[in-house]
Amino acid sequence: MQTLTNKALAVQRQPMTFWERLYLINIIKGMMITFSHMFKKQPTIRYPEQKREFSPVFRGLHVLNRDEEGRERCTACGLCAVACPAEAITMEAAERMEGEENIYREEKYAAKYEINMLRCIFCGLCEEACPKDAIYLSETFAPANYTRKGFIYDKNDLLIPNPLTNAADYAKAKGVQA
Amino acid sequence: MTLLSFDWALVIEKLILIVIIVLTTLLITLYTTFGERKVAAILQDRPGPNRAGPFGLLQPLADGLKLIMKEEIIPTSASKWLFILGPGLAMTASLMTSAVIPWGTDVHLFGRTIALQIADVNIGILYIFAVVSMGVYGIMIGGWASNNKFSLMSALRAASQAISYEIAMGLALIALLMTTGSLSLKTIVADQAAGHWWNVVYQPLGFIIFFICAMAECNRTPFDLPEAENELNFGYHQEYSSMKLGFYLFAEYVNMIMSSAIMASMYFGGYDLPFFDETTVAPNIAAMIGVGTLLIKIVLFVFLFMWIRWTIPRFRYDQLMNLGWKTMIPLALFNMLLTGALILAKL
Repeated sequence: MQTLTNKALAVQRQPMTFWERLYLINIIKGMMITFSHMFKKQPTIRYPEQKREFSPVFRGLHVLNRDEEGRERCTACGLCAVACPAEAITMEAAERMEGEENIYREEKYAAKYEINMLRCIFCGLCEEACPKDAIYLSETFAPANYTRKGFIYDKNDLLIPNPLTNAADYAKAKGVQA
Repeated sequence: MTLLSFDWALVIEKLILIVIIVLTTLLITLYTTFGERKVAAILQDRPGPNRAGPFGLLQPLADGLKLIMKEEIIPTSASKWLFILGPGLAMTASLMTSAVIPWGTDVHLFGRTIALQIADVNIGILYIFAVVSMGVYGIMIGGWASNNKFSLMSALRAASQAISYEIAMGLALIALLMTTGSLSLKTIVADQAAGHWWNVVYQPLGFIIFFICAMAECNRTPFDLPEAENELNFGYHQEYSSMKLGFYLFAEYVNMIMSSAIMASMYFGGYDLPFFDETTVAPNIAAMIGVGTLLIKIVLFVFLFMWIRWTIPRFRYDQLMNLGWKTMIPLALFNMLLTGALILAKL
């Protein structure tokens, strides 16, 4: 019969020899293999203390960005919600009032902005759709929660800390990639 | 009043010795369970338990606490007294073996010479055999009293396995006794310590047979058929919970330590530290060195047990019986004949 690959081996059907039937030699060989594993490097990452490095293209939890003056970039145009294949994003727009120019960058802003992390597939299409660089995917992932409600992240959870008042947290949330 | 006039100091001395030995054994056993998990982990490139305390050293305490806190369940259809007796018997039988093991040379304290052995019985090896055979009653009774078909099957397996391998074990020992000429463990160890080669040099085949049989007696992998999960769910302790289950699991480890101690004493010189002259140091220090040496030998044997467990898969039942009856017993008989012939030739 013609074989598909050159990896095929003929099955040995000879009866075992005396030394093979004794098993002792093969048992010792096997024990040497397990013994050699005592000196191998453990691939374990001891999680809470050590964390695995994510790849630079990792897409994690969303962040709503601010500009250098600490103003929210989002204008509630809704392009991210349209782009979202999982329909995870909901928002409500509102008009910027007099005296709020230091909070919101444009005349229109998102009064409500929610992402359902149970629906989100972390594809990053919202990031690509955003014309204002207001949303991007960070390097962390959504932590566990006790309720389904807990996975609906609102603006408080998503908004990046203010770079003027809380620079350290801002830098931490921003990460290296964005 | 001659009846009551025995040496009370001897009684107190022996009682203290018993307490020390039993407590030490239990403590070592506690850490053997931890060692088993660590060895398994390291052989599989894992770190093993490392959360409870530094390096996970408090893990056995956490395990014990968990077992004690668990609900005590006695099945309604179980035979209540035997159900409770089973684990107790298993534990007692495995601890009783420690009585005849010589842990070191004599210690001189308070003007008394104290032998580091609970009882120097002149039939020490027969005693060990009797006690080891009793261990199977714990499993038998527990398995039967559970009133569960899997437990019963497992108990029967354990019993037939123990009986089959005890024969080869006994035959291997007879060859050893032919060379030593004594049944007392104290004499056997003292002979080895007194400048002779260790018995394993005279009885290499006998040692291998004894080791394999000891593994089968302890129900350790590759002979852990009474606990074959894929066939019997959990084995003879399936219906057990809480500390009664803990006793069964614990008894297995005590058995392992005890058989390691016996093997070390009978074949590897017991408390004898090689290439070291004990007469150069004070007798008490020499005794302590002896105890340490025996403990190190036990640890090495226990490691060997674990190493084998995490390397070799379980035998099939017919393979187990074939190995026991068709390989081990003829080999042991051959070993006995060979030893006899060599002794005759020397004379």
